Amino acid sequence: MQRIGVFVCHCGTNIAATVDVKAVAEALSHEPGVVISQDYQYMCSESGQDLVKNAIKEHKLTGVVVCSCSPRMHENTFRKAAASVGLNPYLVEIANIREQCSWIHKDIASATDKAVILGKAAVAKVHLNAPLTAGESPVVKRALVIGGGIAGIQTALDIAEAGFDVDIVEKEPTIGGKMAQIDKTFPTLDCAACILTPKMVEAAQNEHITIHSFSEVSDVKGFVGNFTVTIKKKARYVDETKCTGCGLCTEKCPMKKVPNEFNMGLDNRTAVYIPFAQAVPKVATIDPNYCMMLKNGKCGICSKVCSVGAIDYKQTDRFIEQKYGAIVVATGFNPIKPDKYNEFAYSICPDVVTSLELERLMNAAGPNGGTLLRPSDKTHPHTIVFVQCVGSRCDDEKGKPYCSKICCMYTAKHAMLIREKYPDTEVYVFYIDVRTPGKNFDEFYRRAVEQYGVHYIKGMVGKVMPRSDGKIDVQASDLLSNEQLHINADMVVLATAIEPDKTARPLATMLTTQMDTNDFFTEAHPKLRPVESATAGIILSGACQGPKDIPETVAQASAAAAKAIGLLVKNSITCNPCVAHSDELMCNGCSSCEKVCPYGAITYQDKEFRMPDRTTAVRRVASVNPAVCQGCGACTVACPSGAMDLNGFSNSQIMAEVDAICK
Amino acid sequence: MQTFTYYPGCTLRTKAKDLDAYARASAEALGIALIEPENWQCCGGAYSTATNEAGSKLSAVRTLMAAKDSEGLVTVCSACHNVIKQTNYDISRNEAMANKVRQYLGLEEAYRGETKVLHYLELLRDVVGFDNLAAKVTNPFKGKKIAAYYGCLLLRPSKALAMDDPENPRIMEDFIRAIGGTPVIYAQRNECCGGYIAMEDKAQAAKRSGAVMSSAKDMGADMIITACPLCLYNLRKNSGSDMPVYYFTELLAEALGLKEESNE
Repeated sequence: MQRIGVFVCHCGTNIAATVDVKAVAEALSHEPGVVISQDYQYMCSESGQDLVKNAIKEHKLTGVVVCSCSPRMHENTFRKAAASVGLNPYLVEIANIREQCSWIHKDIASATDKAVILGKAAVAKVHLNAPLTAGESPVVKRALVIGGGIAGIQTALDIAEAGFDVDIVEKEPTIGGKMAQIDKTFPTLDCAACILTPKMVEAAQNEHITIHSFSEVSDVKGFVGNFTVTIKKKARYVDETKCTGCGLCTEKCPMKKVPNEFNMGLDNRTAVYIPFAQAVPKVATIDPNYCMMLKNGKCGICSKVCSVGAIDYKQTDRFIEQKYGAIVVATGFNPIKPDKYNEFAYSICPDVVTSLELERLMNAAGPNGGTLLRPSDKTHPHTIVFVQCVGSRCDDEKGKPYCSKICCMYTAKHAMLIREKYPDTEVYVFYIDVRTPGKNFDEFYRRAVEQYGVHYIKGMVGKVMPRSDGKIDVQASDLLSNEQLHINADMVVLATAIEPDKTARPLATMLTTQMDTNDFFTEAHPKLRPVESATAGIILSGACQGPKDIPETVAQASAAAAKAIGLLVKNSITCNPCVAHSDELMCNGCSSCEKVCPYGAITYQDKEFRMPDRTTAVRRVASVNPAVCQGCGACTVACPSGAMDLNGFSNSQIMAEVDAICK
Repeated sequence: MQTFTYYPGCTLRTKAKDLDAYARASAEALGIALIEPENWQCCGGAYSTATNEAGSKLSAVRTLMAAKDSEGLVTVCSACHNVIKQTNYDISRNEAMANKVRQYLGLEEAYRGETKVLHYLELLRDVVGFDNLAAKVTNPFKGKKIAAYYGCLLLRPSKALAMDDPENPRIMEDFIRAIGGTPVIYAQRNECCGGYIAMEDKAQAAKRSGAVMSSAKDMGADMIITACPLCLYNLRKNSGSDMPVYYFTELLAEALGLKEESNE
């Protein structure tokens, strides 16, 4: 006979304000097998847990039901408490009467009824719970960081610092990411390259770090502690081990009209190229879309001038397989293309640029050597208009619903830098709100207004249109003085929204992690687990999780590293024992379960069975690899013959719950 | 010969007879038959400020129902087009509204936006085709720099009218190219002309229409074309500019060599 204890939590007033907890405890005390039913103000507190522990000992309980918050919150707390007094932790069930009851209902009577029903279902289930033992699986002591921007670099450096091997996979020919393209950083105005490139070099030289540049993750298998990842090393037609980065090939390449993506297409590069002077690894890459040798077999100059014989036109994509214990996603962001916003004339006027393009125009390594000139006629601009929130905070499908967070600060930076260097240039900034929460951020913005005389105007720009005299007519509203304005500008700069990199969505599918509707990775808990994904072993670093500036990105990158290190120091991790298993006698080998398994945990074996007539027959049956199974339960639903069952959530347990609810 | 229902609207019968006559003559020359429904009424434009929302739809639905079984309902006036197409859009998405209108009009079955509404420019672009039009032009506007004036009603609200990008439209510019002219892109081409404010505050209308004319002139335009009778009025009478303003249908008829005969 089962001896079950029921413990109803008030959660302060979170539950008790809407659910009559004493009535719930009373009602559940009459359920079959229940020998004790109690309520308490905070069941998760130490004294609350002691209540549970003492009851287990005193009443020799064989099962425990805690009516409290979501199992995602405290299931582990109560399982541990049970285990500490010798009760198998999998004999503890949670009835969620907070998120699924008290928080969503207003009427006390009906909420109490529902809480009782949820409690009865849990009692019915716990009758059928079997003790489970968690196995252990070893941890591969190597981490993978996907993305080599400042987030990925910082995470890799911190993991390497702790003595673990770490690989960076970067899809571009060099690490560095967006920060490498930025001229100066707010709020201190130090040079981005000066603080980034030493970190890039450090990553390259660290004995624990391997950089796979111009590479992509093409497949991920396995689970926390034991991922198997296939990395595609894209053909760069240059032998990385031989190339010295001397740059002679890039000087001699006759194909000089390739848009230079590092400078946002504002100037050209050659078909064989090194993205920028401080690139890491400093290795040339041939762009097959433009190389004449690769396109039609005519040229071959780079191969002739290369003194070390590094050019290899026959190189193909290579795939390498590597095992990792933890994976850090650091895929970053991109500014959106403003070409959907025709009111800003971005596609028809070269003097309308995005903020990242302005960074390149002002950068000493940029197309104009650091002198700010209009792209159209290379003249000095006397009036510059900045437009904030282009594509951010939009309620239509053209833009993004969120605030891109970094634009207010970088626009203040741009405005200040321009006024500092060219005092004869008037700068206007049109804004909806100026958002400057951050250390020394508001002081920075105020300096732009008060010390540098930047004209901040609350209002949106309605129209930008080139005029016949080469100037740009900017039509806008000043909301504070309720006036329509026309500004004759020389340049217009659009602070475009930022969005997650396009590679993030397919990667999330490979990693079986969640994303929000904007394709930002979802953290396991928005407050308490901000750098982990809900999938064990997948950790989030930087802007792939949401818009972030550099200080925040670096802080999160180090936090991600701490989470990865916390995993890698363990020799083994406890496996989830709630995995699927197949009843071979019932299985007919139909493959339904294999098709729905997202983890590839199911395989088929031919097995010999003794038949009722004493003959033997060979049948094809499913078999689950418990180390790979994540216990999602998809196979148990798909199985037409009911052969698949899930430990801890067996078909009979679920049916018992349903029966209890429907009674 | 393709046949469409043609809804002229009140202004094309009175102030804007040119817009109407040239549209009919050109359509015929392009092999399109435009059939005017009998006893048509106001497009509903006059009711747009009615406080009862259903009230503002009734008139437009009557017009739309009359064209239900034809290839489509063609309009020329920007305002008629705007009112009728918006009503069609709203009623196809709002069942409650459609039922209210059904009850008001005493219909057996609710009208749910089955009629296809086309502006005359869309007829040229999507049915005739600007390439085919160009091939039929006998009297091209060679060397003429023509500024298209869209005004406020022709393209917006863009979701309901679904005609062109309201910020960077090209339908009238493509039309200008088809009749042999050179389109002029200028800042004010989709801004307000002053509209009805001319009745109350002439100075404001003068400011708005003046801004349109000077912006077009600044970009080198020889003339302006429009589809809207009210825009034409403001640009001609209130802008203080002497740059010629025409209905687009007049240039169409002239390009097709029809201007003299239809002007009689």
